[in-house]
Amino acid sequence: MLAYVLRRLAYGVVVVFGVLGLLFVLFFAVTDPDDIARQSLGERVPPDVIEAWKADHGYDRPLWPWQDWDDNQLFAHYSAMLRFDFGRRDSDDTKISDRLLDGMGPSLSLTVPLFVLGLVIGIPLALVVAFFRETYIDRLGVLLCVLAMSVSILLYIVGAQYLIAKLLRWFPISGFDPDPSVIVRFLALPILVGVVAGFGGEVRFYRTIFVEEGSRDYVRTARAKGAGEPRIMRAHVLRNAWIPILTQVVLSIPFLFTGSLLLESFFGIPGLGSLTVDAIRGNDFSTLRTMVYIGALLFVLGQILTDLCYALVDPRVRLE
Amino acid sequence: MSELLRVRGLTTTFPSEQGPVAVVDSLDLAIAEGEVLALVGESGCGKSMTALSLLRLVPRPGRIAAGEMIFRGRDLLQLTVPEMRGIRGRDIAMIFQEPMTSLNPVVTVGAQVVEAIRLHEPATKREARRRTVEIFERVGIPDPEARFAAYPFELSGGLKQRVMIAMALAMRPKLLIADEPTTALDVTIQAQILELLRELQRDLGMAILLISHDLGIVNELADRVLVMYAGQVVEEASRSTILEQARHPYTQGLLASMPSMARPGERLNEIPGVVPPPSDWTAGCRFASRCERVLNVCADEAPPEVAAGPRAGEIQRVFCHAVAREVADA
Amino acid sequence: MPDWWFSNAVVVGLLASCGALAVYVRRNRLWSEAAAGLWRRRPLAILVVVFYASVALADSIFWIGGVDAGNDVVKQHEALSLVDRAFLGTSEASYSAPFADVEFYGGAPLQQQGLHPFGTDILGRDVLYLVLKGARVALLIGGVTSAIAIPLALLFGVAAGYFGGRVDDGVFFLISTLSAIPGLLLLIALIMVLGQSTLSVCLALAVTSWVGFCRVARGETLKLRELEFVQAARALGVSEPQIILRHILPNLAHLIVITYVLLFSGLVLSEAVLSWLGIGIQGSWGQMIVQASDEISREPVVWWNIGAAGAALFGLILAVNFVGDAVRDVLDPRTLREEA
Repeated sequence: MLAYVLRRLAYGVVVVFGVLGLLFVLFFAVTDPDDIARQSLGERVPPDVIEAWKADHGYDRPLWPWQDWDDNQLFAHYSAMLRFDFGRRDSDDTKISDRLLDGMGPSLSLTVPLFVLGLVIGIPLALVVAFFRETYIDRLGVLLCVLAMSVSILLYIVGAQYLIAKLLRWFPISGFDPDPSVIVRFLALPILVGVVAGFGGEVRFYRTIFVEEGSRDYVRTARAKGAGEPRIMRAHVLRNAWIPILTQVVLSIPFLFTGSLLLESFFGIPGLGSLTVDAIRGNDFSTLRTMVYIGALLFVLGQILTDLCYALVDPRVRLE
Repeated sequence: MSELLRVRGLTTTFPSEQGPVAVVDSLDLAIAEGEVLALVGESGCGKSMTALSLLRLVPRPGRIAAGEMIFRGRDLLQLTVPEMRGIRGRDIAMIFQEPMTSLNPVVTVGAQVVEAIRLHEPATKREARRRTVEIFERVGIPDPEARFAAYPFELSGGLKQRVMIAMALAMRPKLLIADEPTTALDVTIQAQILELLRELQRDLGMAILLISHDLGIVNELADRVLVMYAGQVVEEASRSTILEQARHPYTQGLLASMPSMARPGERLNEIPGVVPPPSDWTAGCRFASRCERVLNVCADEAPPEVAAGPRAGEIQRVFCHAVAREVADA
Repeated sequence: MPDWWFSNAVVVGLLASCGALAVYVRRNRLWSEAAAGLWRRRPLAILVVVFYASVALADSIFWIGGVDAGNDVVKQHEALSLVDRAFLGTSEASYSAPFADVEFYGGAPLQQQGLHPFGTDILGRDVLYLVLKGARVALLIGGVTSAIAIPLALLFGVAAGYFGGRVDDGVFFLISTLSAIPGLLLLIALIMVLGQSTLSVCLALAVTSWVGFCRVARGETLKLRELEFVQAARALGVSEPQIILRHILPNLAHLIVITYVLLFSGLVLSEAVLSWLGIGIQGSWGQMIVQASDEISREPVVWWNIGAAGAALFGLILAVNFVGDAVRDVLDPRTLREEA
């Protein structure tokens, strides 16, 4: 078991190194530092100002180790990222790590309720639909899911903002105030939109798992023993189905931190998602680089956690 | 021996493009207490579906369209669902072909047998556990106490099948339906399981409906044999009669094609053609296209039931025009 | 060669390959049964997709000249598509509601020139025209991107599954690295680096979507490799490329079709999100929605442009999703086995 965990950790490290390499190629090798400089300083800036900016940000050094072993951007990139020294934003020179810490709170306040609600509503709904497999309840349910999934999230957001914020005036269109007494007003709409937009795909996914488990041979055996449908759902189908579901759930946990790009930017919530969107709009490569790195790191972490969970929960893995 | 189960006109259909298809077509069968009846036929002839129909476990979208199944005086098709559940696992039990997938992978085998007991009786956990270990021992599972807490994947195929048998026999059913119980097992294990079934059948006075495509197994266990083809019964007789004096061309073809029947160096016999798909089924005999003794009438009229008992008191039913002519001429 | 020649050539190529495909399907029993089954299940959805595809094709056939554009000399020398020509001269001065007689210009009402069933946008362009033009972009995104992603996935996946060993390790590492980066973020990074032309966006989308199918292809190849008929071929001395081409790939065909259709809708929806972020493709429905979303807060409410684009997007995605589910039902080997 310990060997298994160590093996997974080791491979995770290898992947992170791979990700950093890919990022380097994308952001340093392919992109022209002159362009980056101009984004930050403006188009019509004299060449010597550009050179100075590049020197200041370390873009004037050679790219690859074989060009200069002691002072090259590749090593600098790796060592900085691995030390979590993210530097400063290209746009306004504020420390990225500060922005990261500031943004985490608002992001979590949105993603965590969203996630929990999705599970609490989605799984029972999927269970009900799967229970009535092949009847009209099931067909109607699947149809609704497909309909819901086919609507672009943009439409959900715009529709919600128009209908609920503008027409009904139940909640503000956007904005954020971390004060606990009013925070709900600002989060209600994005959470609502997030749940509705995602529930089609989620319910369908869970339903597929339940239906698949329900059609397995051991369920037939249980019926032949005289077990009733509720017992079968509970003691047989769920017992097996929750393993792949748990996998999905644990895998999603790291992403709660990176926030939702769309929801945050549309609803004006100053989290990590907004930070990323601003970076895109402002062509801020250093922030974007950091966000992608963090995302990958969290994903690898999520995978290791998932494997661990699997090992604990599934006797087939545990007793190997 | 009194009659345990009598099935009349059982018809199980599945929907298809061309309308409902009867994968089990007006089937009659009867099993006496303590008797072993073998249901024989090729893959797809409807024998497994017959077994599932007996327990009303036909998977959706299939359904039992017609018939009656009288079990100890009650028609199983008229029972309510809770009543039927009371029968399953207690009066009639079933074991399946694939022990690999027929057991819940994340529950210990002991717990699964305990479930079989506690579904029908208010036994305490301790009592049920004790009985389970007893049955494990009875079916030949070594070290039964320790094995109680084992997971299915930790056991070999043979052991898993013994667990299935233990689970099925926990409530001492009157009828055991065994659907290809040894097909997925190694040959040496096959022999062991068959021996076990024979022992248990004797000791418990239990009837068995044995489903198989393997005539060798049928020879080992069965008292009587029912031969199915394309959803219908074509012949029924005692074991010895079937093996020595089969009269339906299909049965004869099956027997002739067994490798053990051929002499070394000889070309193996085969029945030419393939089983026709449901869309090709006509009102006439379904075996007509492959039959050596086909007559003109075979394509249009359903073959009649012919009583062709070799000796007094022995039943041999054959569904064949050619045999009908033979018997009439005799 | 001018852009528009290329577009015409592609149209011809597509129509020709559709024809060839139809002939092949006719001849092959398995595929023609599958096609018949597909038509039986979802005829309406198929018709809708064909309609969208036809509009997209019509918008891809260009030629110069032959228009009576009055004073507009530029238009006479510009390559215009069939759709362009149908809507020539329908521009108004500013936006108007569907079927309205009157348009708004600088706050004052103005007499309308023509009939606009979907109204006009703020620049006076007919919304129906814009929506129809968006079809081409959508099908480009879904169709072209999948056509890049799937061969890529096959290349790496089949190689990894078939050759195993170091090739497998390498591909596995590549997949792990790529999939470790959250899809949207990688997509954004790629576009910012590669540029925002249509081709770059398609490339970026392809790079972020090939990993899933690569895993599937690898798994299936692993299974297929162990099957007897492959071992028999090897024993007979058939060369490796031949085995892959004639034994492995045809058995992946059903998965390819399923994946192609299922990827389609996801890609189009992703592009809509990219439009919101400002890095989408010109003229797509996503862009229309984003541009129009501001106008919803006006008085009076301008709802018809976002409504039309949203409906068009929803219509295509829904139809493709229905077709995709039907394709999966028809081609899933499990379903095939059950019906046997």
